[in-house]
Order: sequence, then structure tokens, then C-alpha cells
Amino acid sequence: MNRARKLFGAVALTTALALTAACGASTDGSGATNAKDVKLRMTVWTSNEDQLELFDTIAAAYRAKHPEVSSITFESLPFEDYNTTLTTQIAGGNAPDLAWMGDLSRDLIASDALVGLTDKLKATDGWQYGDLEASATKEFTRDGTLYAYPFSTSPFALYVNTDLLAKAGQKIDPKNLTWDQVAAAGAAVHSTTGKAGFVVRDFDYKSWNTLATVWTGFGATAWSADGKKCTFTSPEMEQAFTFLHDAAFKTKAMPGPGTTADFFAGDAAFTVAQVSRSSLLTDKFKYALYPLPAGPAGRHAVIGQAGVGVLATSKHKDQATDFLAYLTNPANSEKLAQFFPPPRKSLLTGAKLAADNKVLTAAQLQEAVVDQLPNAVTLPNHTSPAEIAQRGKTALDAMWKADADVPAVLKSVCAAIEPILAK
Amino acid sequence: MAGLTRTPDASRAPTGARDTVTRVASTRDSSKPPFWTNRRRDVLAGYLFIAPQLAGVVLFVLIPVGLAIWYSLSDWNVFTGEQTFVGVDNYAALAADSQLPSVLWATAVFCAGVVILNIGLGLLLAVLLNRRFRGATFFRTLFFSPVVVSVVAWTLVWGFLLQDNGGVNGLLGAIGITGPNWLQHGDTAMVSVIITQVIRSVGVNMVLFLAALQGVPSHLYEAARIDGAGSRVMFTRITLPLISPTVLLTSIITIVGALQSFAQIAVLTSGGPELSTTVLVYYVFQQAFEFNDIGYGSTLALMLLSFVMLLTLLQWQLRRKWVFHEQ
Repeated sequence: MNRARKLFGAVALTTALALTAACGASTDGSGATNAKDVKLRMTVWTSNEDQLELFDTIAAAYRAKHPEVSSITFESLPFEDYNTTLTTQIAGGNAPDLAWMGDLSRDLIASDALVGLTDKLKATDGWQYGDLEASATKEFTRDGTLYAYPFSTSPFALYVNTDLLAKAGQKIDPKNLTWDQVAAAGAAVHSTTGKAGFVVRDFDYKSWNTLATVWTGFGATAWSADGKKCTFTSPEMEQAFTFLHDAAFKTKAMPGPGTTADFFAGDAAFTVAQVSRSSLLTDKFKYALYPLPAGPAGRHAVIGQAGVGVLATSKHKDQATDFLAYLTNPANSEKLAQFFPPPRKSLLTGAKLAADNKVLTAAQLQEAVVDQLPNAVTLPNHTSPAEIAQRGKTALDAMWKADADVPAVLKSVCAAIEPILAK
Repeated sequence: MAGLTRTPDASRAPTGARDTVTRVASTRDSSKPPFWTNRRRDVLAGYLFIAPQLAGVVLFVLIPVGLAIWYSLSDWNVFTGEQTFVGVDNYAALAADSQLPSVLWATAVFCAGVVILNIGLGLLLAVLLNRRFRGATFFRTLFFSPVVVSVVAWTLVWGFLLQDNGGVNGLLGAIGITGPNWLQHGDTAMVSVIITQVIRSVGVNMVLFLAALQGVPSHLYEAARIDGAGSRVMFTRITLPLISPTVLLTSIITIVGALQSFAQIAVLTSGGPELSTTVLVYYVFQQAFEFNDIGYGSTLALMLLSFVMLLTLLQWQLRRKWVFHEQ
């Protein structure tokens, strides 16, 4: 009986191994599967139906020319959990073929987790690699190779609720607007109407990297150009945070911690937000859009970027890269530009961007997008972005008290993040 | 067995053949008893009944714990899938982690607050609602209803209510009190997290205590009353001892539940301000899934597991001293 059981076990094990080997034989040594039934998956953080419909349309046109690609799926992941979900998928062996990426890009590039795109894009007929704006590709480039196409390069701008300003009797000069003037007008709006003055959208006293839209105007940076040294303790940064602290606790120009005010619902006089957020504007109030105000260091421009790249773990790297080249060719870039400010110089004119924009004029888009891009800096980006963000936030929490010691808190920020920068 | 010598089949066989069958059967009987005895059938049935649960334990407890042990000994680059064996490096990192003392303190404060309030309020509500009065059923439903609400939805609503310009401070303002900025200061943030958690989950303990209270024989109270015992004495000498098994049960599940509370922290405070509400389970999530340090996250998870096991074991051992039916 025991012998029979052992024999049965051995047969079952051998059969299972043989079946596994047979199944595994469908993949070749390079990890690429039989290219007759390619299913591509791309993770995105949008759930906007119009945007997804456009992607599906482009994908359908691609599949018509490439019958070997049986499906292209766009998987919407919530923005708040996007990085966590994507890395969990990668760690779990369920990585998508293509992925949108924001601040995770540095880690992915540093880990060789992305496929280099430059050669493929340059070799694609009519793709026009030289059309890409240099400031837009910088963030996703290493050693001359582009690892993610910057499909959305959206400058931050100042949205103004002109109705609220009028109610508070405030006038601003958009040509010579400074942060101090914004704070003064914001404080007046708050004291007169009870509404908020200026809001840095998405900051919410947590996402401190968005404050780069302010501190860049003060000449400050979060860390040195090589990313190794924390520069939160610089006099420029101290001046910037003193301005923000005063706005939150002294003049009340900025809503304090724990108070929400949505500009797009009419709750604030000003907000700093990306131009791509203009789709949130409604006819509830009259508005204007200007480039970011000047700080003590002069005018400045900051962009928030999103790229799309091909994961090195994809079983269909070639097909995924080919689809990415198609998705971002000049014709499709023009279609995508209605939602995402493009990195192509040929599309970067106010008139072209305004063609599909329902709320902003050509002049506004020329001033707030096109004129800003060449000299714009990106939000602070580094490897280990989540850890830096969290450690920095923990230290900066001490800043958001009325009696905060600004220089001491900034010093604690450096103490918290410098070990991570130095890694 | 013995019956095989006179089976109907054997009796229908020719005489010579019948003799042979009888002889063979007799030989088999004596040398090899049948495999499927009643005892074996019962054992198999038992195993089949517990098989789904056993499979669940193996798949969702033993294998994950085993993997966590393996991951805690590795450095895992999640972007490339490379795993490097690092021995006890992640365990050494525990000692060097400057944030860990604050995290453990926040965990202890959170658990103590939740457990004391949850059991105390649960018992108080159960005692009050165990009496017969008009509307008792309504109040039982009222206090139990938050349990069925999604924890994320519940916490999101409380997040709005506890804002500086939220509903709670609005109510306080209506009676002339200036409320604190609940979620922005360490002490009030922890109090806020504890209270929202207790309000949501106290209904479970209340129901368990209600069931236990209704199982206490009424003649004991009658006898005590005849002997002149007051309410306090009856509660401490009769009620508490007789419901002590339920107190043990609720204390175990409340402590384990408190140590596992994650969504409340993630949604309400994200562990802040500073590290005031960063409890261990949230810290595990941060390290493993936000900072992508699966190795260190697994080490912290194993530490959490050992805390849960130790506390449960401690309570189980201490039951002999205070749980009534065990004496």
C-alpha cells in the first residue's frame, strides 16, 4: 500500500512538472511570449471618461494595424494610491506593460526598471524626436536616454476669483504681481468676506513639495542640484517659510491647517494649481489666470509632470514600446493635447492649445503655458520620494503652529531627509 | 469478516469453488482487517469538515507568516524583483530606527484608549440597555448601527466633522466654546482617532455583553436582594463574575482589533501630526508599501504579530485568576 501511494505520488509530481514545463515552453528565453496574441495593459490615474475614450480610440486604431495585439487595456488606479498600487503590482509579478508615472520615475529609472525609449522613438518614421521641448524631457532622461515620454507637462499658474476680489475692493496688477500683493489681497478678502485668501492646491499641510510653487520665487530649492544635500536651511527657504507661516497664522491670507477651501467651488480668492486643472472651472464666478507671482528672486515657473514608460518586466516590451511610439506620435499628441499640455514644440502655441480648450483663451494659454515652459523647473523629485515626503512632513508638522520656530523646524527637516538624500 | 464464509455469492458457487472462496476469505480475514473501519471513517469525516478552515489557515496565515519571515531576512528591490539575503540586518535596523519608540508609544496609547473605552462603554451600555424600558430596542440598534458602516466612509465623515471649521467645532461654537483644531495637534489627534474608533466599534462589545447579561440567572439577584445586597454589590459579586468569560473574549478581540486598526489612521490623520498617531500597523504599511522596503516592513509585521501573540497568551494565562467558570 505504501509503495503504491509513493508510486502514485511520484507519477502525480512528474505529471505536474511536465505540465508546468509544457506551459512554460510558450515563453522564449528573453521572456517574450509568442507574439500572436499580445495583450497590453497600461495603468493610468485618470478615470475621466473622455480621456479614457480617447485612449481607447487610439488603441483601436493601433490594433487595426497590428493584428497580433489582441487587446490594449487602460487600467484606472486611484491617484492617491497610484504609486503604492503600481509598486505592489510590480512586486507581485503583475506589472503592467506601460505605466503613467509621476514622482516614482526617479526610482524606476535608477533601478533600471524602465525600457529606454530614445532609439525606438528616433527610429520611428515621422515621430520627430527633435520636436520635444528640452525642459520637458529633462526629468525623465538619464545619460542621454529618455525613459518616459512626458505626456503631460503642466505649468502651475495663479487662478483668481475676480468676483471675490471685487467684493473685497481689491485690485491687482497682473503684470507686476508679487507674492506679497497676493497675500495682502487674500488677507483683505478673508477679513471682508470670510472666504479664504490664497490656497496652494493639494498642499493641505501635507504635500509640502507643492510649496515649491512659492519658494522657487524666493530663490529657494529643497536640495542641491546633485540631490545630495538638503538646502531647507538656506536663508531663501527661511524667508519663504516665514512668508507662508505669516500667511497662515498672522495675516490669515492662507487658510490654516485643518481648514479646507476649494477655489473651484468659489471658496477662495486665489489658488495655485496646474493649468490642466482648468477643466474644474465653471461659470459660478468670474475668473482670471496668470503666471505665478514674482517673489524676492523674481519671476519663476514651476511645472508638474507626468510621463508614460514601458516596464522592463513587461513580457511584450517591443510591442509595448511600439504602441507607446504610436500613442505619442505627432498626430496623436495633438489629440492628447486637449487634456494634457504636450511636450512638443510644434504644438506649443496658445492658438493650438486653445483649439480644444473650452475655458481658457489662446492668450491665457500662451502666457500661462507656452511662455513658461522653456525656463520652468519641476517640483522637487528624488529617489525614495515617498520616504522623503513622509519624513519631511513629519518634521514640517511643527511648522504649522502659531508659535513655530521657523529656522529650527527647517533644520529638523534637513536632519530628517538628509540621510535619505545621501543614500 | 467471519460472514464471508457464508456469503450468498459463496453459497451460489459450485461446491469446490465455495470451499476455495471460504479458505481464501478466511486467510484474508485473519491476516488483514478491512481498511475502512468506523473509526477511520469518523477521522476522515472530521478532517473533511475542518479541511476548508485548515486550507484557509495554511493559505492565509501560515504561508504569509512564512513568507514574511523570509522577506524579513531579505532586501527586496520591488522595481526589479531582485531579492538579496541580508541575514538579520532588518532586525538590527529595528534597534537603530529613531522613529520606532514614538511609533510604539502611539500604539500603546491608542490600544489602551480603545480597549479601556471600548470595554468600559460597551459594558455600561449593555447594563443600561439590559433593562426593560420604552425605546430600549431603538437605542440598541442606534449604538450597534455604526458597526455595519464601512470604516473608510465612517472615518471620512468624521474627518470633515473634526476639521477646524467642521461640524464638531461648529456645535461647540454654538454654545460658546472654541474647539481645538482636533486633527492638527498631537494630543487631540490621538483622542480624535480613539473616539471615532470607539464610537464605531463599541456596539460589538455591547451586543456581546448584552447576551452575557441575559444569561445570568435571575434567581441569583433575587437571593442577593433578599440578603440585602445593593446594586453595586450585585454587580461586582454576581454580574461581573458570571460574565467574566465574555469580558475575556471581548478584551482579546478588542486588543487584537486595536492593534490592527489601520484605515482610521490612514484616512483621518495619515499618522500625523508628526508621529503622534503613527501606530505600528500603519508604520508597517508605510515601510513596506510606500517606502517599498518590504524587508523592513516584514520585520515590523513580525514584531506586531509577536505582540498580538504575547498579549493573547498573557490574557489566556491570566484568565485562571479572574474568569469565573475556569475556577
